[in-house]
Amino acid sequence: MADQIVLRNVTKRFTTKTLGDIVAVDNFNLSVHEGECFSFLGPSGCGKSTTLRMIAGFEDLTEGEIELCGRLVSSSKKNLYVQPEDRGLGMVFQAFAVWPHMNVFENVAFPLRIQKVNKTDITRRVNEALHHTSLTGLENVYPSDLSGGQQQRIALARAIVTNPKVMLLDEPLSNLDPKLRETMRFEIKALQRKFNFTIIFVTHDQSEAMAISDRMMVCDMGKIMQIDTPENLYNKPCNRFVHNILGESTFINVVTKDGKAYPKGHTEQALDLTVSADAADEMVVATRPNENALTGPGEGGFHTHIEKRIFLTDRTEYLVPVGDQLLKVQTPHRVTFSEGEECAVHLVEPMWYPAAAAADKERARRQLV
Amino acid sequence: MKRKPYTGVSADLAAVDGRKRLNWDKLMTGICFVLLLIIVVIPIVMIIYNAFFNEGKPEVEMFVQQVTEKKNLEAMWNTLQIAVFATILGTIMGVFYAWLLGCSDIPAKGLMRALFNIPYMFPPFLGAMAWDMMFNGRSGYINKLLKDIFHLSSMPININSIWGIVFVEVSYYFPFVFMQVVSALERMDPTLEESARIAGAKQRQVIWKITLPLVKPAISAGALLILTTSLAHFGVPSILGYAKGIYTLPTRIYAVIYNSGGSFDGIRQGAALSVMLVVVVAAALILQNRILSSGSYDIIKGKSMRPTLIKLRGAKIPLLLLAILTLVLIVIVPLVMIVLISFLKAYGLPLAFKNFTLAQYQKVFTANGTIAAIRNSLFVSIAAGIICMFLGTLVAYVVQKIKPKGKGALEVISMLPYAIPGTVLSIGVILAWSGRIAGINLYNTIWIILVAYLARYLSFSMKTSSAALLQVHSSLEEASRVCGASHTESLADITLPLIRPAMVSGFFLIFLPAMREVTTSILLYGPYTRTLGVQIYSLRDAGMIPQAAALATVAIGIIIVLNTIVTKITKDRKGV
Repeated sequence: MADQIVLRNVTKRFTTKTLGDIVAVDNFNLSVHEGECFSFLGPSGCGKSTTLRMIAGFEDLTEGEIELCGRLVSSSKKNLYVQPEDRGLGMVFQAFAVWPHMNVFENVAFPLRIQKVNKTDITRRVNEALHHTSLTGLENVYPSDLSGGQQQRIALARAIVTNPKVMLLDEPLSNLDPKLRETMRFEIKALQRKFNFTIIFVTHDQSEAMAISDRMMVCDMGKIMQIDTPENLYNKPCNRFVHNILGESTFINVVTKDGKAYPKGHTEQALDLTVSADAADEMVVATRPNENALTGPGEGGFHTHIEKRIFLTDRTEYLVPVGDQLLKVQTPHRVTFSEGEECAVHLVEPMWYPAAAAADKERARRQLV
Repeated sequence: MKRKPYTGVSADLAAVDGRKRLNWDKLMTGICFVLLLIIVVIPIVMIIYNAFFNEGKPEVEMFVQQVTEKKNLEAMWNTLQIAVFATILGTIMGVFYAWLLGCSDIPAKGLMRALFNIPYMFPPFLGAMAWDMMFNGRSGYINKLLKDIFHLSSMPININSIWGIVFVEVSYYFPFVFMQVVSALERMDPTLEESARIAGAKQRQVIWKITLPLVKPAISAGALLILTTSLAHFGVPSILGYAKGIYTLPTRIYAVIYNSGGSFDGIRQGAALSVMLVVVVAAALILQNRILSSGSYDIIKGKSMRPTLIKLRGAKIPLLLLAILTLVLIVIVPLVMIVLISFLKAYGLPLAFKNFTLAQYQKVFTANGTIAAIRNSLFVSIAAGIICMFLGTLVAYVVQKIKPKGKGALEVISMLPYAIPGTVLSIGVILAWSGRIAGINLYNTIWIILVAYLARYLSFSMKTSSAALLQVHSSLEEASRVCGASHTESLADITLPLIRPAMVSGFFLIFLPAMREVTTSILLYGPYTRTLGVQIYSLRDAGMIPQAAALATVAIGIIIVLNTIVTKITKDRKGV
């Protein structure tokens, strides 16, 4: 598979009044393959939108270069910057950005009219695009009379009508209600299969990203954390941040001594874990609450009691003290413990991370804004 | 495009109370109707009645004669020409500068925005005075200078023409469009433009096909304001037009009444011309509505993002210079001219230091007339501001919250003076309150000016209070009722404090323009009731131009001081 979007050492720096210099995007290197659906996932301010806007051509880059379909479109070294309209992209925005002064047909026909396509072809191609987005029959309606879902379909139809090779989706589902979000996700995937375009999908919703992507990039504070398939990211997150963003997580700070791991500050009882030889003195153990298990006391594991029991829709959640920290365990409803009851907790498939501090400090600094 | 209607809670607590007993609500509704009847309806009815009736008998001859008289038709034609050109040029200028400041990367934006609001505060008739001093076809200072430098046989520029009037009006009216459009541009969702770029449109195509159509409602609203203001405007055409016998309908009305010495016949002729002017305004409103069918688009969606500013590149410095030059030309130059002339011993003397004196200021501050004028203006402006503030809020409250039968009529009546020229309103007020109704004769007193100001400015305060009341959700008053407060107590303790900031800004919205008003008071002043604007106008009319300039300088000083105070007050206000 050929690489359709390539970012090499892309860096974007801003100077703001309140914070001084900010590296919004720090040395991004990635390549997206033809026909792939690639997500940018991260909290706000992580650099995902800025990266997308640099690919689209709304922002110039400070350093590095961007290649689209084998053609260099932005390069700091060559002082090259192709205007957004000349990059041949399709794009859908969060707030739909359908033009309120044009009806559905005119909105979708706009890109073709700009290209000076002849009239009969415009009608044919617009109708085709409307057909694929289930908008047939609404040609003469104005966007303000349509629902959010329909408005987003107009935006999609407008994006596919020129048959672009690359489609940029900037949080296209976050203004829709949850049910509609799922439907639209399927429709986007179906359109992709039909027209075989490459998708870059920006979102802060991990479940959405995992459901739609072939591969995804997780970033934080302007840095790429990890790029991989959803499965690999979920099963082998490279750090505590990625672990946390990809699914519900529960963390225990531990100290290691003589090949055993103790909850930080409590050395009476060791955790039921195998400590690797290269582990540092202080570590963080990350697990998924729904993978951890609870058994009666005396069946191995870490001996403790139930602090709190919360009945969720599909599982029961227990908070159990480990030293002075609380560990989250979610079990099927049929496993029942009552509050105060003694039990043993088993950490399943734990991930070990160094006790981090630097990233948290930077986060605190930026959130002063 | 359909506008989304306001969907408030229709079964207001107030309405429920209203059914129970006679109370404050009914009283307030009653007061509103009576006051609006007195202030707005009676003067308007009087104009129509007197245009077509004489001493109780229908008489159309006078009206027909006035309407068909060549001078009046000419005046109507001039009025239309000036208004149409001023609107077109002012709109183009306003949109251009709004685009420059709203969409491009021109430097020093904050400062530029503040500066571009100055022409809005600058009284246009003082601007006209200054331009007349510079480019009068016979004696303009700069005209003379140019003539001497280039050895011309005649004066190069004649500001005493239709085009001169259009030029001055455009200079001071373009901010109407500018302010509306620049705020629309700033609130616009930038992705609307970005998606057009992605669709393949060039920057230029985006401006024409996306940006301009989307701000069209704002452009249209601003243009309408220029059009109606220009049609009704007295100051500029009277200062620049009289010398060459160029009349517009408002100046013609003034001339007719002035020449008749304020006799009833003259006033009746004025009434006939007023009907003509109102017809022109109405026609213009309809026409404008046809051309730019207004509506509002919902263009403020989505997360706010740094909009991509258009890079002007090489054009940046020339355009910056152009903007600065414009400001210098329409604000600084006239101001400097007025100040310079105010120091002259006599008008016509060369602008040399040996001809300068402070005598004019001495006269201004010692002459009874001018001191009285300042006092009169302060009194009427403050009184009109305060009364309108309360009355406007009352009407707004009745319309928005009590919603009685006839609420539509109430709304229309209070907004009516907005579309009716100040000159016309003055005639109505004269006809109504100079002894013909219940023997009340306010003519030649300060009260008649106050009554006219009330009619003219009521809609200003009603608009701001209305907007604020719409923001006070009925649940706030309901919460207070649940806490045990009565309807009246809730009104006093919850609603009023919440809309107080809007009331205060409503006051200044009236006070500031009233301070420099001429159009209305020029027809209503008596020997002892000249306003500041009238006094400047009369001094100039009497040939005492340096003294007029000195008083104008003082007036501008007062306006600047007051404006600074207002900005200070409104900056740190709190509320809904």
